[in-house]
Order: sequence, then C-alpha cells, then structure tokens
Amino acid sequence: MAYKRFTDRLPIIPADAEEHNAVCHYCIVGCGYKAYTWPLNRQGGTAPEQNKFGVDLSEQQYQDTDAWYAPSMYNVVKKDGQDVHLVIKPDVDCVVNAGLGSIRGARMAENRRSDVMGTQQQRLTDPLVWRYGTWQPTTWDDALDLVARVTARFVEADDEDQLYVSMFDHGGSAGGYENTWGTGKLYFGSMKIRNCRIHNRPAYNSEVHSSRDMGVDELNYAYEDYTLTDTVMIVGANPLETQTNLFLNHMVPGMQGGGARVVIVDPRRTVTVRACEEAAGAENVLHLQPNSGTDLALFNAILTHIADQGWVDTDFIAASTIRNAQEIAQSETHPAALGSFEAALEAIRLSPAEAAEITGIAEADIIKAAEWYAKPHDDGARRKAVIAYEKGIIWGNDNYRTIGALVNLGLACGNIGREGGGVCRLGGHQEGYYRPGDGHVGRPAPYFDQLLINGGGAVHHIWACDHYKTTLNASRFKREYNRRTNMVKEAMDNAIGATREELVDAIEGAIRAGGLFSVNVDIIHSQIGQAAHVILPAVESGEMNLTSMNGERRLRLTEKYMDGPGQALPDCLIAARLAQAMQRVLTEGGRADYAAQFDGYDWQSEEDAFMDGFNTSHPDVTYDRLRAAGTNGVQEPVVGYENGVLVGTPRLYTDGVFTRHGREDGKALFCHAAWRGLQAAGKAQQRANHRFLINNGRSNLNWQNWFLDQDNDFAMDRWSVPFIQINPEDAAELGVGNGDLVEVYNTDGATQAMVYLEPTARRNETFMLFGAPSGTQGNVINGGVNELMLPNYKQTWADIRKIADASPATRRQSFKSWEVEL
Amino acid sequence: MKCNRLVDAGRRQFLRGGIVGAAGAAAATVLPAEQAKAQALARVEYPANRLANIADLVVGEPMDIAYPDSESPGILLKLGDAVDGGAGPDGDIVAYSVLCPHKGWLLSYSAGDKTLNCPGHYSRFDCEAGGQQTWGHATQNLPQFELRVDDNGDIFATGVDELIYGRLSNVLES
Repeated sequence: MAYKRFTDRLPIIPADAEEHNAVCHYCIVGCGYKAYTWPLNRQGGTAPEQNKFGVDLSEQQYQDTDAWYAPSMYNVVKKDGQDVHLVIKPDVDCVVNAGLGSIRGARMAENRRSDVMGTQQQRLTDPLVWRYGTWQPTTWDDALDLVARVTARFVEADDEDQLYVSMFDHGGSAGGYENTWGTGKLYFGSMKIRNCRIHNRPAYNSEVHSSRDMGVDELNYAYEDYTLTDTVMIVGANPLETQTNLFLNHMVPGMQGGGARVVIVDPRRTVTVRACEEAAGAENVLHLQPNSGTDLALFNAILTHIADQGWVDTDFIAASTIRNAQEIAQSETHPAALGSFEAALEAIRLSPAEAAEITGIAEADIIKAAEWYAKPHDDGARRKAVIAYEKGIIWGNDNYRTIGALVNLGLACGNIGREGGGVCRLGGHQEGYYRPGDGHVGRPAPYFDQLLINGGGAVHHIWACDHYKTTLNASRFKREYNRRTNMVKEAMDNAIGATREELVDAIEGAIRAGGLFSVNVDIIHSQIGQAAHVILPAVESGEMNLTSMNGERRLRLTEKYMDGPGQALPDCLIAARLAQAMQRVLTEGGRADYAAQFDGYDWQSEEDAFMDGFNTSHPDVTYDRLRAAGTNGVQEPVVGYENGVLVGTPRLYTDGVFTRHGREDGKALFCHAAWRGLQAAGKAQQRANHRFLINNGRSNLNWQNWFLDQDNDFAMDRWSVPFIQINPEDAAELGVGNGDLVEVYNTDGATQAMVYLEPTARRNETFMLFGAPSGTQGNVINGGVNELMLPNYKQTWADIRKIADASPATRRQSFKSWEVEL
Repeated sequence: MKCNRLVDAGRRQFLRGGIVGAAGAAAATVLPAEQAKAQALARVEYPANRLANIADLVVGEPMDIAYPDSESPGILLKLGDAVDGGAGPDGDIVAYSVLCPHKGWLLSYSAGDKTLNCPGHYSRFDCEAGGQQTWGHATQNLPQFELRVDDNGDIFATGVDELIYGRLSNVLES
C-alpha cells in the first residue's frame, strides 16, 4: 500500500496570520511561496472573515484554488522561541509559478524540523566534536577553538595550500549572497585558498567556461521568452522534472498559445518529451536521440546546414561579433580556439550525413532541426528560437566545445539578446554568488579530488558538500578519505584525558603522518560528515533571511519565518565566528600580522553580511526594498531605484554588446568547436569494456531536496533505493525484474539500484538516479575530466548483476509507465 | 504533545491528523462554569454511504461515485485481480478520489494500465498500488476511499486516507 498520512483536516490560516515572502529554495526556478505563521492555540474559521482567504471554507473549493493547502504544506515549528502553526503555499501572484507548486517545493513545510510533529529530526542542533569515540555536543566557542587551533598549525600568510576547502557557491537551499560572501570573505579575502572545490564538481571553476569566454552569460533571457518564441530547443535537460514550473507555467503556454515547436536532444525519452507531445502536438515535437556523448557533432551539423542555406544573421554577426579569424588560440586554458564566425564555421564544418554517422540520428531529422531552429518564416521574417541546456551536456562529453557549439548557433542566428531568444542553461540551484576575486585559484583550477586522493591537504573545511554522494570517482575518493580521517580519529581516541594543547599536538602528529582533519558544516549528518572530526550546524533559507536569484536572474529575499534548530547558525555567521577564532588563536601565537587579515567580521546578523558584501557593489539593493518587491523581486542586474521600486533588466545584451568575457570591444566570439570523439580520459575504454551505458540524472520527486527527503516518509516510500531504468529485454537477459536489487559495477567502483523496467529505454542504455543516499551512482563514474576539470558524469559504462529479489519495500511500488495517458 | 520518535509510523500519522482536536480540547479547560466536557472528537466523523452493489460493477469499467458528499467525485472500480487494500470477495474492488491532489483537476481513467491521469500537469496514479503517484506533482498519493461490502453485496464507503483536494476538512460542515 502506498504511504498515506491519514490527515482528515488541517488548521485554517486565520485572517491575521503573519505573512512572509518565501522563495522555494530547492531548484533554480525559485517559485514564489507565502509562509504563514500563527500561534499554536489559535485557529482560523470557515467563515470568510475568519480566514486568510476571505472565502467560505465550509464549501468545496475548486480546481486551481488559492484557498487550499495540502498536508505537506503544513507543520508546527518554532518562531521566536514559541511553537507556531506554519503553512507554506505557492503564491498565485508570483509571475514565476502563478500559484503552481512542485512535488518538491510544496513539501517545504513538511520538510522543516518540528519537535512537535517529529519531522526532520535529522537536523543538526549543536556543534559536535569527536570525543570519547563518537561525536559529543558542545558550544560554538569550544568547537571553533579546536578548528582554529588545528587549522592555524597548517596555514601561513604566504602558504595556505594545506587547507583544503569544499564550499557551495550557489543560491537557494542554504546558499545565497549572504552565505557565499561569508565563506568567500574568509577563504578568498582573509586567506587566499587555492585548493578548493564547489559542491558538485571536483574543482573551483565555471560550468560554462566557453559561453563566458565567448562573451555570453549563461543566464541571458527572461522566462517570458518561452511564450514569445517560435522554437524551443531543449538540450540535455528534462525541465518537466527539474525546472517543473518553468516548464508548466512558461514553456507549455509557449507551445499551446504561442504555437512554438520543440526540439529535444536527449538520448533518453523523458517525461518532458511526452508532455511536449501533449502540449504542442506530436507533429510539433522533434526528439533527437544521439548516441551518448555525440551532441557536439549534431550541433555542428545543424550550424553547417544553417550556414549553407544562408539562414545566418549576417547583420548581427557583423555588428556584434569579432571579425578576427582567431582571437584566442587553443591552449591549456582554452580547449578550443575562439574567433570569427567564418573561421569557426570552417573549423566545425560537418555535413548532416557525416553527423548522422556519428550520432545515429537520421540525416533528415538533423536537417529538420536546423529548419526548426533557423529557417525564416515564409514572409522572410527571422525565426525566434530559445536554446535551453543543462547537465546532459554540462556533465557530458567535451563540455567546452559542446556548449560553445550551442552558443555558436545562437550567435550565428542572432538569437541572443532578443525577445523570444536566448542560449541559456536551465540551472540546478538558484544563484547567489558574491565573493572576492578567485583569480589566485588559477585556470585550469587544481583537480581537488585527485590531490586529496593522492595525499594532499592537512585540514579540510566542508560547507554543505556531500562528496560521498555526488562526486565522480566516488568509490576511490571515499576509501582514501575514510583512511586518512580515521588516522586522525584514532589519534584523538588515543589522547585520553589530554589538554586542548595536547590534543592538538596529537591531531597534528596524525596529519603529518598522512592523516586529514575534517570539519563539516551542514544542516544534517551527511555521508562525508561521518568522517568528520568537528560538525557544525547550519540553517537554511527561511530559518534566516536569504537572497538569491533564479534562472532569469530574478532576485528575491526569502524572509526568515521560523527559528533554526537548536544552536544552528547561518553559514555567513559561522564563517565570521571561525574568522574571529582564527584571529584569536593567531594573536595568541604571536602572529599578529596574519591575525590582522581576519578583521572585519563583526556581523550580528545575515543582513550585516549582506551589507558588507553584495550591497557594497549594488547600493540600490537593500533588505527593505527587496521585502517590498515581494516574490516577484527584480531581475538582475539592478540598474536603479525609481518611484519606490527597484529597476531591473528583463534580458541581457539587448544592445548587441557582449560583456561576459570582460572584453572592452563588447564583441562576442565564436568557438572553433570541432568534433573530437570522447574527450575525457578512460571513457572510450570504459565503453569498450562494459555492456551498459549508465546514463544518470535526477527525478521529479527529489533531487535538490534529497538531503531532507531521506527523512521524509512520502519520498522514501517511493524511492527507498535509487531506480535504474532498463529495457525489458535487457532485464530478461540478466534475469531481473521490477524491484529487484542489482549491482552496477566496473573497474572504477560499484553501487546498487532498484530495477525499473522501461520499454522506451534503448537496448544497453540504462538511466540511474543520481545522488541517492542508498546507492551512489558516482561510485562507477571514472575520474576523467576535461581540460578545465569539468567532470563527465554522463558517459559512464558498467555491467549489471542481480544482488537480491525485490524487498518488501520495493515490491509494492508502482512500476508503471511515467507517460501520461489521456 | 511532543512526539515520541520511537512510536510506529501509524501513530505518528494519527498525531499529525489530530492536532486540531487537541487544540480544541485545551481551549475547553479554561475555568468552566460547569463540569467541563470535551468540545469535539479528534477525528472527523465519516459517513457510511452505499455506493453500489457488486452486481452493478463490470471488471475494468470505473463507476462514477461521490464520497463523502456530492462535491467530492470519485470512482469505484473492480480491477479483476486482488490488490492490497482491495474489498469484496475477490479483494479487487477499490475506490479513489478523482480530484488530482496537485491542483484539483479531474483525473481520467486509463484502462490500458489501470491508472488515473491528470490532463492539467501530466501526473498519474496507480489504481493497483493504493493510488500511489506513479509520476507527478502532487505531494500526496491519491486519497483512497475505504470500502466495506456487506452480505448482500452492497458496497459502502466508510472513510478516506488522505486530505481531499479543495477542502481543509474531509467532511464539510452541514
């Protein structure tokens, strides 16, 4: 039986309940919500004057009503120390989602910690220090003193390379301008940490180097463009599941009312394909299924055909792009040369027939895609087209050139900076990056994971990054990380009754013998946190004020609507306290000059961090003004404040001047993105040695929210073990059926998954859920990266064998098709 | 009403559902003029409504019903094969709300794979798996109506296991 809550009624929001602006902190779309709180021993009534909606709630409310909320939107939480009712429901007045809630965001309330309701008891409440063979709760002062004393022994003002740092750089979740500034000021301001990485990749680098090098910021359009366009081209993305309300509230209206056609490039038939067929009509949907990793050849052939047909925008090319054939040469820092359109076209030239050979896509379909993207209308009018891409190519073969090839298409057809255009990534988290310069990190950035595996680093500070679940080469990483951190744990265990000084001596000794001291800042006990020596509890969006921008650069302030758990603090304030502890320890140690670098952290609140960071270069933007801007906020860049309203920028580059590369001439560059096969080390060999493609990605139910969902009954009832979709004939050959547990293994590692028969899966091509706590797909991804240390998660091959029959938990699942039948 | 984390999941769900009743009971204890009496029951009172007789059902053809009242449409369905939670002598009779718990659109039945499908946003629910959302946007599985079949073959709905879309109390005030 499916999980049911047996909720038969919910408390009614009283008319005078407090209302707070909230933005869903899970995915990049950033849907607007309202959070309502009121005292526990009060409740609204069904009469219109007794409830927030002003309607008669004794009557049934109908389709799309604002006056209903699901049990998942309700909880009892602490606010200012008091227990209060909490309802978080989608905001009908937010232009992003217009009242739609996703299966993730509409569970925000349920996924808050509640001592009364028993939800999210996994949330960390106290700083924890490894003592007496386990973690013991303690105070911030005690925990940070230990962190600072150990860290201080391994950093010098002119050499901080032994301090390794993993830190999120995103908005949403616990990220945002306040918190990236807090950690950024500490590690890139007070210190100059070079060996660092971001939560989802093994280096500190961009995910879209080529787009930026070409002058094009990766978030250049407005969501409105989907309703103004002729063609939507979705590449390596599955927006119905991973940008749900962007798809439902903007892409679908573009298809239904706007008559837009859709080109989808994805080796897998996703639910997005089916939904587009419903919305646009199957005749207006072209699904191209390339052989894994061959997207680049497809895009180059499309551009070749467009150019040969004369459909490029010559005026735009002349006015807005560089004329020099090769402006930047291919080098260690540039995996392809950059220059003029003509030179790039010469470099990438590939006929549709040649591309058909490489990609496995019919030549006629390649030509059709070119026509749908660029063939002018019968009256000669230019075709408007949006390209939306995401992890299918970002985490795919030859990242630099493949993204460059897509931006080539947009530039060649004048489809950037114009209504109904854009070449944009769809995104994962919201953005919220504000830090001192990272130039000292270098390009290519250090391959952090590899350095750590090879024994590099003495102290590791981790900020909300669970590499055990979400890095590549994860089997090896975990083995080595466990070994090195266990050396320190054993030293701490052996230092029975030691003073603080003696304990730090013991830790230092273990580190110098090859150990690693691990400090983990997170909101829950993460998997990498099991290896930590100090664990520090953080809060999330809503438990603090937090600002982020979404996939159309829409900046909003999520207001604090509840208390964080126990002693937990905002990351920016944790960073500030750590900086102050470093200063104190360095001063005590007679290192006054170095200690002085840790000045400037006298923040009492997250707003102080915001004003110290983001506001200094965006003086128009304040908390008060963002509060007034509500869930619609303002689209960055903010250009002024007029008549009581922040003035933003709906889309970038409307003047045809491209700036992301920092060139003064404002000219965009084309990428010499020639096809060169599987680029990353070991990929071709893995493909040759193992039967199954282990394509991988996310699910609608849980992805940005999985850290919380591992403690959510509704979610875990569905995916207690990650699924692996497999063709039924392949499954029959392996002797496995729905719900069976299988091992996925290759020479790089092994993991487990639950079989889900999927008739639309191509033979020998599986799709496994990424990032699951109960089966890490990254275990079987090899260590191959591109020249700029971008991981290649998607091109992974392995073998599969049965471990066990379906368990009681998996046997009762629905294993039917995900494709709607109407 | 602090929750004991060691109690079983069913008890926890009961407490989540019962929070209104608890608040009401607390309010009743303020300096009563007479001996205090509890204001209300902790759970709503579900009616036992006769939906149909087994003889009215055809395997694989859903019958339109409403429960607990005419504003809450549902289907009554004889699946043909026994399922967990199925009623009747063959253990194959089920009933579900057909208001999508996402945005309240009316679900349509697909006989091909015995699912209920939403035309609004493409969600679908499995009639053979207790209304589990096979794929979709709703944050709850489909409300299922509890059934009792008497000796005459009359089928009664007697309760609901999730909140029905569009109402904050499964039983509306009369």
